[in-house]
Amino acid sequence: MDEPELLPHLFRTEYARICVVLCSHFGIEYMETAEDIASETFRSALETWQFNGVPNHPKAWLYKVAKNKALNHFKRKGVFNDNVLPRINTHQMDFEVPDFDLSDDNCTDSQLRMLFAICHPVIAKESQIALALRILCGFGVAEVAEAFLTTRKTINKRLYRAKEKLRSLKIKIEYPGENEMGDRLETVITAVYLLFSEGYYSRSQHSQIRKDLCLEAMRLAHLLVQNHATNTHASNALLALICFHSSRLDARQDLHGNPILYEQQEKHLWNPELIANGNYYLQQSAQWQTLSKYYLEASIAYWHTISEETTEKWESILELYDRLHNMDPSPMIALNRAYALMKVAGKAVALESVKSMDFGSDHFYFLLLGELHSDKDPEEAARNYTKALHLARTAGERKVIRDKILKIGPRT
Amino acid sequence: MKEFVLIFRHENATNQVSPEQMQIWMKQQMDWIKGIAAKNKFVSGTGLLFDNARVVGHNNVVTNGTFGEIKETLGGFVIVRAETIEEAVDFAQGTPILQGEGNTVEIREIATH
Repeated sequence: MDEPELLPHLFRTEYARICVVLCSHFGIEYMETAEDIASETFRSALETWQFNGVPNHPKAWLYKVAKNKALNHFKRKGVFNDNVLPRINTHQMDFEVPDFDLSDDNCTDSQLRMLFAICHPVIAKESQIALALRILCGFGVAEVAEAFLTTRKTINKRLYRAKEKLRSLKIKIEYPGENEMGDRLETVITAVYLLFSEGYYSRSQHSQIRKDLCLEAMRLAHLLVQNHATNTHASNALLALICFHSSRLDARQDLHGNPILYEQQEKHLWNPELIANGNYYLQQSAQWQTLSKYYLEASIAYWHTISEETTEKWESILELYDRLHNMDPSPMIALNRAYALMKVAGKAVALESVKSMDFGSDHFYFLLLGELHSDKDPEEAARNYTKALHLARTAGERKVIRDKILKIGPRT
Repeated sequence: MKEFVLIFRHENATNQVSPEQMQIWMKQQMDWIKGIAAKNKFVSGTGLLFDNARVVGHNNVVTNGTFGEIKETLGGFVIVRAETIEEAVDFAQGTPILQGEGNTVEIREIATH
């Protein structure tokens, strides 16, 4: 048997393409039908290819089968008779069947329009991401559940409710009108940003799924910058941000999925191609005379791709965090700002800056406090590290904190 | 040498398997078959589709089905050459289909004259 090797993730990628094209064709109320037809297509492929080998043109095989299944489905359901047949000349026996356009251009276009439909403001944020993963990225329900660290049942419910809403409100799979575009695009960009964060900061120990989430977010952001109407300052900045962070995907985890802190990462594992892409899109986004939090975050991420620890690096990061904090005074940004401040002005100054703030019970806060106390007051550092240890959410995080406790020496 | 048929049954063929998982299973199943073929013990393999399946019953009553949703549906079969039933069992134990809970492989010797 010397059949062609299948591309990695081919099934997932093609599932998403078939699903979106069919759904765009039939309308959003047929989303589940589209999913079923796509699933059946791959089941047929599985049953056939595993014994007969992969066909010479796998994609063409899949598209043909999907088209036939779609046609059969609608014939069976009578929809074909009621809706399609009256429109064509019934005397002609070899009538032209509706053609599903699975070309690259149409797939890209359909996916982008679907992204707008799914990220409609009436759909809850977490459902937008779940739907995007399922419909646009071809993830299975179990994989979506793993990404969100929840159960299949929860995800199924979430998906069901979101689809009901899309159906009942008759959301169209189309680009928003010109005057709506700005707001709608913002929702889409937020969803892609959250999708990326879900992968990058996920608590899931399943490192492959986390990585795939990041890469899918990158793909969707690419869709945005490739289309004239959605190629904006924010979408370029978002893509730059995703590229910069993703450049460290291979360096930030060891073989067991444990996190490796930034300072300890093997710099040669940083992906130079993604860093170059990030630089490109960051420059692109600077062409617009506006500023967004994505641009600031991307700029911070840019400085993190510079491995030399210069004064300029941390001063720039600090300045960017200051601006970001003005725009979005969230505790997480304040914490990160304090870390940059430590790098620039030392631990004492940074400690002073966080003293008055209330971060609640966030393990990053106690981790930072531990770090800030570590030189002058090892006991206080250990106390904070221990608090962080209790609040940490994953085994990997706990390991990192335990290592830090060991480093400052045994406590009495 | 005798021939045995390995009959694959699925607990639930439509059970929300992700495309990614299907691709992984397919690759594993193909590798499994290649392994048997490398020993020159592989005769044939046949996949069975659910599309337009029919069941003809008593009095020639035709019903639609079988559908993937029901239990113990037939997924396909592989014919292998083996000296003994134990050797055939050995082969069967390597199939990734058995990773699915509730899935089974039935092994039957093919009758010859």
